[in-house]
Amino acid sequence: MSILDSKIPNGPIADKWTNYKNKINLVNPANKRLIDVIVVGTGLAGGSAAATLAELGYNVKAFCFQDSPRRAHSIAAQGGINAAKNYQGDGDSTHRLFYDTVKGGDYRSREANVYRLAEVSANIIDQCVAQGVPFARDYGGLLDNRSFGGVLVSRTFYAKGQTGQQLLLGAYSAMNRQIGRGKIKMYNRHEMLDVVKVGGKARGIIARNLVTGEIERHSAHAVVLATGGYGNVFFLSTNAMGSNVTAAWKAHKRGAFFANPCYTQIHPTCIPVSGDHQSKLTLMSESLRNDGRIWVPKKQEDAEAIRTGKMKPTQLAEEDRDYYLERRYPAFGNLVPRDVASRAAKERCDAGFGVNKTGEAVYLDFASAIQRYGKEQAHVKGLDENDKNLIIELGRDVVKTKYGNLFQMYEKIVDENPYETPMMIYPAVHYTMGGIWVDYNLMTTVEGLYAIGEANFSDHGANRLGASALMQGLADGYFVLPYTIGDYLSQDIRTGAIPTDSPEFEEAEKTVRDQIEFFINNNGTKTVDHFHKRLGKVMWNKVGMSRNEKGLSEAIKEIKEIREEFWKDVRVPGTADGFNSELAKAGRVADFLELGELFAKDALERSESCGGHFREESVELDGEQKGEAKRDDENFTYVAAWEYKGEPSDAVVHKEKLVYENIELKQRSYK
Amino acid sequence: MASKKGLIRSSIARKLAMALSALFLLFFLLQHLVINFTSVLSEDVFNSWSHFMGTNPIVQVALQPVLLFGILFHFIMGFILELQNNRARSVKYAMNKGGENSSWVSRNMLWSGLFILAFMGVHFADFWIPELVHKYVEVNPEDPTRYYHELQEIFHNPVKVGLYCLAFVFLALHLRHGFQSSLQSVGARNPKFTPGIKKLGLIYSIMVPVGFIFIALFHYLNSL
Amino acid sequence: MNLTLKIWRQKNAKDKGKMVEYPISGIDGDMSFLEMLDVLNEELIEKGDEPVAFDHDCREGICGMCSLYINGEAHGPDRLVTTCQLHMRKFKDGETIYIEPFRANAFPVVKDLVVDRSSFDRIQHAGGYISVNTSGNTQDANSIPIEKEKADAAFNAAACIGCGACVATCKNSSAMLFVSAKVSQYALLPQGEVEAKDRVLNMVHQMDLEGFGNCTNTGACEVECPKGISLENIARMNREYIKASMSK
Repeated sequence: MSILDSKIPNGPIADKWTNYKNKINLVNPANKRLIDVIVVGTGLAGGSAAATLAELGYNVKAFCFQDSPRRAHSIAAQGGINAAKNYQGDGDSTHRLFYDTVKGGDYRSREANVYRLAEVSANIIDQCVAQGVPFARDYGGLLDNRSFGGVLVSRTFYAKGQTGQQLLLGAYSAMNRQIGRGKIKMYNRHEMLDVVKVGGKARGIIARNLVTGEIERHSAHAVVLATGGYGNVFFLSTNAMGSNVTAAWKAHKRGAFFANPCYTQIHPTCIPVSGDHQSKLTLMSESLRNDGRIWVPKKQEDAEAIRTGKMKPTQLAEEDRDYYLERRYPAFGNLVPRDVASRAAKERCDAGFGVNKTGEAVYLDFASAIQRYGKEQAHVKGLDENDKNLIIELGRDVVKTKYGNLFQMYEKIVDENPYETPMMIYPAVHYTMGGIWVDYNLMTTVEGLYAIGEANFSDHGANRLGASALMQGLADGYFVLPYTIGDYLSQDIRTGAIPTDSPEFEEAEKTVRDQIEFFINNNGTKTVDHFHKRLGKVMWNKVGMSRNEKGLSEAIKEIKEIREEFWKDVRVPGTADGFNSELAKAGRVADFLELGELFAKDALERSESCGGHFREESVELDGEQKGEAKRDDENFTYVAAWEYKGEPSDAVVHKEKLVYENIELKQRSYK
Repeated sequence: MASKKGLIRSSIARKLAMALSALFLLFFLLQHLVINFTSVLSEDVFNSWSHFMGTNPIVQVALQPVLLFGILFHFIMGFILELQNNRARSVKYAMNKGGENSSWVSRNMLWSGLFILAFMGVHFADFWIPELVHKYVEVNPEDPTRYYHELQEIFHNPVKVGLYCLAFVFLALHLRHGFQSSLQSVGARNPKFTPGIKKLGLIYSIMVPVGFIFIALFHYLNSL
Repeated sequence: MNLTLKIWRQKNAKDKGKMVEYPISGIDGDMSFLEMLDVLNEELIEKGDEPVAFDHDCREGICGMCSLYINGEAHGPDRLVTTCQLHMRKFKDGETIYIEPFRANAFPVVKDLVVDRSSFDRIQHAGGYISVNTSGNTQDANSIPIEKEKADAAFNAAACIGCGACVATCKNSSAMLFVSAKVSQYALLPQGEVEAKDRVLNMVHQMDLEGFGNCTNTGACEVECPKGISLENIARMNREYIKASMSK
């Protein structure tokens, strides 16, 4: 029997959440005023949680490292948010959203959590509309939907290509209302550097004021981590520069188990790396794959000619192009799930068919969409359907209204006009499905410490579907945590304010101070970024899109070496008592260097392929699915939750068996 | 609550007051031009209109003080706002390219305004103060035919005519921004009408000063 | 390419600060402006100097964290981009580039090129929201149809990223474009209409308290805004404000 108790309520899956809510303990409004809650991170999950908890009456302290809660990286989500509203009448339902999410996650998520997510999804849309989120509407004034990869219904609500921004601003506005009322105390430009446990329970945090450098103690009756994912362990990712694992990692060190660290989503449509100076990667929305066709040249010599600039892609004849997704997956074509599309791109580029200077790019071509739309428009408008220039012009107009902002963004970065020449894209690290282990209540293995949003592991299994991250963040923050945390806090109505002068706070603060002092006085020779880039290279090459035993073992060794060198030789300029970005970065990279090793260790341990985790040893050897990823349900239908024991190599795995009572486990097929 | 300050001291209220006084002055200017223009057409019409304006008790006792107040208000408020606005940025940019994003006239309303103010001193000394002295200090008998000659006398002087013309150029610059700015400040803007309003503003800001210049030159050339 | 950078250096809020010149070489046109600063900072650290502090986060033009007044313009010479989306190909070899913080008394300098824009947050606290609880018991999202044109206009106003380029650009350091974008978003939607009057009065009041200057309609903000927020929003806010102060 595992020590992990997921606390899933009994009963049929459709009734679990309702029954649970009916039975939990509540805190009366007068007592809520006596209870403090700390929320770290102000993205969709943290922002919505902070606002809701404050509305309920708790005293909330919210922390973010940015200069305003509105800048959390949820803001960069483009495509949309899923909800089982069935406004289109195309057969959507809570069950179907639940099913799609579990299947999309390659059967590695927890059924009960996912069902609850699907159940509250519809509420999110109601809530956001009431808050004034300007979702796209049709001409009748009702909400519009679009479709996303991996599903058969249209359930994605969107606000142009800026859905994340609009939803986050909605949550931010709800926070503003509570900040204005004094119910949320906001700490901008503060970074959480440790969790403080008193009597086994999370009772506060140590934070550093990034402007003054002051180390502060903050106490509360519960601590909520909404600190996002750790994709930046790869150095290059679509995450924001400041996105980091520090809060989650410190929690891990204080006893929170870290689940499935190796589950990473590599997004297939990102702008390729242009050189060594690159600091981050930019995503091009998945919606582009609705109209764009992905290809590379059929012949290596053509690829070579394109790479060296001797040939333009538009000059290559149709029969010399390899639309490899359409070739390999005739049923889903360009709309296969993200993990499949990413691996296929890597496979072609590794085989020498890449199309940019570095050989790591494939084409996303809109020429045939432009033709198709152009002809359609000419027909509708009664114009000459044989006039080539006219068709192109009309077609471009249609593409522009659909994807104009993305095309403009691409042109600014790459300096090529994607209406004329196909876009170049390549997969990039985008989202981490793994995270802090939580039970049904979203509580970690540390009592009173919660993890929500991308920071936890629970809902997306081994692969996340498009437009589901926003859904999960808001579901956790608005509708799940406010209930579950109340049940826990009901024990605390007589506790009174938690003092910050206890030895536990003392000890935690000292740990933080010691590390900062170490960095400032280390006087090494290499910058923080130097180490971060090296870590990223190892991660990308050996723990990236496709992994094998040899590479992973090497990675574990190499990351350890980099880490040791980092501690000996890192140079952090400036002082501790003021604004110092390098100091902040150093702490984050130190944690990435530990997480990276655990990540590789987890990937090594899981010798099956599932979702975003692809092990070269675990592929179908024959039949129709030959060469595709092969899951091993018999041996790996579990969550790997790692317990900290000092060095990452000493971490101990605890397994939470995943039980599927409502969905039958099947091989995913997109052929 | 914010509403206590409301329409008197808030930034938007000041902006609105500035715009309303501007709209009033725009109207006055047009009226002034129309009357002056009669001097080009007919001495008698000009004299009779001028006489009406100069002796009608409503114009003299009610409208004239309002106009005076409007002018003073517009200038004083303009200076106050400019001062406040200037104080909102104590450390200036080492390199600033205002020309990349806005017109010279819109950024220099203070200077065009100041020039117009200086000109108004001259203008008052030429016409308004002698007029007041004539009517209320010396208490001369009414003479409905004197206005045209007084006008001719002033525009006989080439230096003065030049000064007037220059002032009208500055007026044109001021109006170029002021016309549409005042409408924007009172909230009169929408995608349907704004292009038309902007065109009207352009016509106004050119035609009104050109009209005044024409009158000054007309009388100067006639006097040669 | 080789460039000369003239960068504002200021140790902290109390320091007086000055422009300091840095030569930099080997800059590639494909680099973003911030990546060029990364290169400079790596060099400075290796030399034992303190790197130049600047705000940045998403590096894809949406978080609004990056700022910088580059060669006399907010977010530099390109249009409809933030500094992180500005690329070095917009500059010429041998050019001198001035890099200054966004300047306004309401945006005090924290360090070097980093400024404190919390005045924007405080304006939002004063009314940048619709007073609806996040209980999930609101009415169905489709129960209020909203004219597509209005919904689109509300979205266009809501696209503001709160970077402060409008304030930095304005000769008066006015925050009208920012405030009007938020006021407009809600004023255009039926959900926001209910408290429209209090909202506009309170937000403008807070804006005035923060020490921003007054709008004189130069239109510079609209030109420099990385998200193309329209001046129409300012006119709408003026209308809303006048209407509200007549009745409140």
